[in-house]
Amino acid sequence: MTERSAEPVAPEPVQPAAGAALAADPALADVDLGLSYDSGVELKARSQWAYARMRFFRHRLAVGSLIVLILICLVAVFAPQLAPYGFDELDLDNITASPTLEGWHLFGTDQLGRDYLSRVIFGVRTSLWVAVFVALLSTAIGTAIGAIAGYYGGQVDNLLMRFTDLILTLPGLAVLLTAAVFFGANDSEVFGIMIPQPMKIGLILAFLFWTAVARIVRGLFLSLREKEFVEAAKAAGAGDMRIIVRHMLPNCVGPIVVNTTLVVAAAILVEAALSFLGFGIQPPNAALGKLIADGQGEGFNLWWLVTFPGLVIVVIALCINFVGDGLRDALDPTQRRTRT
Amino acid sequence: MAQPILEIRDLTVEFDTEDGVVRAVTGVSYDLAPGEVLGIVGESGSGKSVSMLSVLGLIPKPPGRIPSGHATFEGEDLLTMSSSRLRDLRGGRIAMIFQDPMTSLNPVLTIGDQISEAILVHNSGTSDDDARKRTVELLELVGVPFAERRVDQYPHEFSGGMRQRAMIAMAIANDPAVLIADEPTTALDVTIQAQIVEVLKAAQRETHAAIVLITHDLGLVAELADRVVVMYAGRVVELADVFTIFNEPRHPYTIGLMNSLARLDADLDRLEPIPGQPPSLITPPPGCAFHPRCAISQGRAICRTEVPPLKAVGVQEAPHDSACHFADELANLGAARAGTAS
Amino acid sequence: MLQYVIRRLLYSAVVLVLASFLVFMFVTVSGDPLAALKITPNVSEETVQNIIERKHLDEPVPVRYYEWVKDALTNKFGTTLLTDEPILPDLWRVMKNTLQLVLVAELLAILIAVGIGVYSALRQYSVFDYSMTTFSFLGLATPVFWLALMLQVAVVQIYLATGRNVFPIANLNSVDPGEGLSFVIDRAHHLVLPVIVLMVANIATYSRYMRASMLEVVNSDYVRTARAKGLAESRVTMKHAFRNALIPLVTLVALNFGTLLGGVVVTETVFSLDGMGLYFVNALGTNDPYPVMAWLMITATMIIIFNLVADITYGLLDPRVRYD
Repeated sequence: MTERSAEPVAPEPVQPAAGAALAADPALADVDLGLSYDSGVELKARSQWAYARMRFFRHRLAVGSLIVLILICLVAVFAPQLAPYGFDELDLDNITASPTLEGWHLFGTDQLGRDYLSRVIFGVRTSLWVAVFVALLSTAIGTAIGAIAGYYGGQVDNLLMRFTDLILTLPGLAVLLTAAVFFGANDSEVFGIMIPQPMKIGLILAFLFWTAVARIVRGLFLSLREKEFVEAAKAAGAGDMRIIVRHMLPNCVGPIVVNTTLVVAAAILVEAALSFLGFGIQPPNAALGKLIADGQGEGFNLWWLVTFPGLVIVVIALCINFVGDGLRDALDPTQRRTRT
Repeated sequence: MAQPILEIRDLTVEFDTEDGVVRAVTGVSYDLAPGEVLGIVGESGSGKSVSMLSVLGLIPKPPGRIPSGHATFEGEDLLTMSSSRLRDLRGGRIAMIFQDPMTSLNPVLTIGDQISEAILVHNSGTSDDDARKRTVELLELVGVPFAERRVDQYPHEFSGGMRQRAMIAMAIANDPAVLIADEPTTALDVTIQAQIVEVLKAAQRETHAAIVLITHDLGLVAELADRVVVMYAGRVVELADVFTIFNEPRHPYTIGLMNSLARLDADLDRLEPIPGQPPSLITPPPGCAFHPRCAISQGRAICRTEVPPLKAVGVQEAPHDSACHFADELANLGAARAGTAS
Repeated sequence: MLQYVIRRLLYSAVVLVLASFLVFMFVTVSGDPLAALKITPNVSEETVQNIIERKHLDEPVPVRYYEWVKDALTNKFGTTLLTDEPILPDLWRVMKNTLQLVLVAELLAILIAVGIGVYSALRQYSVFDYSMTTFSFLGLATPVFWLALMLQVAVVQIYLATGRNVFPIANLNSVDPGEGLSFVIDRAHHLVLPVIVLMVANIATYSRYMRASMLEVVNSDYVRTARAKGLAESRVTMKHAFRNALIPLVTLVALNFGTLLGGVVVTETVFSLDGMGLYFVNALGTNDPYPVMAWLMITATMIIIFNLVADITYGLLDPRVRYD
């Protein structure tokens, strides 16, 4: 297979050679400066980021999703102020209420009269927090491993990639469950630092999620290290660290950001499944998956207890995926489609 | 000129893109005489390939579209005929050779499969054995060594030059009347390019096909072409026989192309690139699309306001057309002198 | 080729041994599996002591690992910790059940997804393409367990409204499934909802994948060459485009299948299906390391085998791939 050359992110600015040729002839220079229409010769030199932003904002679904996500995040952050009830607060006048405007029980209540809207808001708070933590941590691990493997190549690459393959060979969910049962069930103290239980679940998830980004970054680095600008930096005496961080990583930002976004969505879904099975985030911490499991326990005639927390998960994951799709179009032009 | 085998008249091709409608080809007309080699020259994006691909129904529709034009092949209009009739012609009477032999062959089928497929689809009733024999003959004809054995190999087992030979073998499998070669040597090494040129010549001797040679390589044109069409921004800007084009170009773009060519016979200190970039085809410059880069326009108003028509220039017996308002100013101006004037 | 397979298998064996030791350490060190038993009333000191001796729980971890390996190799993965029941017969049973479920769901999902993917690619940006894109985005954003629950909720609501029980929402069979054909029908009836749940996520993934690879192929130079040869559109699509586009999907499916044989934990839990996934979750719940280890070994072996299968099929379908 032939390598497909990557499309340039932004049209190249007018070639200096051409400019010089124009400037060499005073008469022509005058004429050319007088032209003001968009002839294609005078492309505005926009930065790569301006183009990315432009492309992202043209993606209406992604922009809409981003707005919804920001709203959800705000609600999660200000949960204690915004939620109509506390997480475990009982409204004994309204037990097993189906969704109603009365008393703001929009998502209904359970047999103890706990308001499910409030419980969902607190659940979103934990779930989002864990998912973002997983995404950032796994991106950091994966980028570091991928960058080292790709930059040094050879034996280092071989060793690190074998390790990555090993992780990929593991049955993911099973390892998560095992780890969660034998290691993640309680808060714990490591070297005097308190690690809350949800964070431990996050750590376990991150341990499985870094492989994808490691492979992406390794692939990019393998091709980048052959590029002239890297050789130029080496020739100029830049150290390995500096070349990796200053010269090569910035060229991988697009795919990394896209992948990080998608990891947030994946982490939310996996954490929800873990918590649903009872191996994830444990009470008294709120979690969407656990709420659904509780709802299931109260019987299917109280359908709202199962329906709404799940619906919220779907909305969040859907929005993140749309944003990720928009980011891919904006930042990863090799995968751009021709028409939206 | 003899009765043309292919007549293209007023062809316009557009593509819908995210940024607007790209008019890749605008009002293009030219003829192809039987047995001649017609070079179509231009920068990438000048519409030289699209003009040929579109008349053969090989551009994706949508986003592509042909709002106007005719393409008459042996008396039939390619643009209005049924798709099954057009399919009969493609690979039969009209065959194509593409630019990149690396990607133009299906990686999971053997070379032999792909060539004999071309034979079988146009000659129903041919047995697989006969098709295979013919395939081996064709491969020998285009100079693939050990053809009997290599016929069963996959494209990745062929070198770039060998693949292009296989592409040519596939194209001449059904004795085409027209052979369209789209940048046939661009993707190859220089030494291989020379070999492929020889193979093309041999292919023409064998089939007597008329060849449309689409390229930006003026050396290739000088070597092979009888007549030349120069395209810029989707329009034909100059049309003449190959000697006239090289000796008496009458369009500033053609002159620019000549000056950017490395030559052994002229004493030039350095090559002169054409300044600027090819124009946007969505919002092309008003008037003559070349005027922002033109050395002789000198800011004259007509260049910015009126599209110059393609009209006959010169006094020679051989037809010579140019689409420049000031083509007469370029009369008797050698390419080298025009070069030093800019 | 044979050499390649042997080398891969040897390498995998090493990985498996290494992984098994790590997992064993992990599982045995992190908790006392007898903690619950010790505080249970009516359990004598003697019983506990018996278990400790039988399973060498008082020995250091390497010895216990050695004992486990010996059991695994010579005694079919040995017995459970507390009840001393043999592990392998149970594992075979649940594996058979999981295989049934997964095979049916995967085959249906692949057929449907390939159809959707190819048609979407050929009619890019059509109403069909947009609807299927929307469907797959939804499918990928929906938690599997929640989809399963919603189907159950729907069945229960239908029952409450009409008194009709359209589909069973739990178990692999009725209490009295009958024999022969009626058993098969009863089983099929029970598998409808689980199969739907499994299919949704897989169709969403596979159809996206198929669409992308088909789009790449139909816009490739060699498909243009096939058209330029004068082939009929159907032949261009089937012989030149479809076959090439299928290659990456085949690999993905083979890889995925190994993982699926480990059971579909969530689906089996929600529908109480006696499969590999539920077996594993139950074993975890009792803190018993032996069935957990047995399960992990079998599943990991499956994954390794299907990784190899994926590699080999890729090589068979794509002549460019060479083993070295």
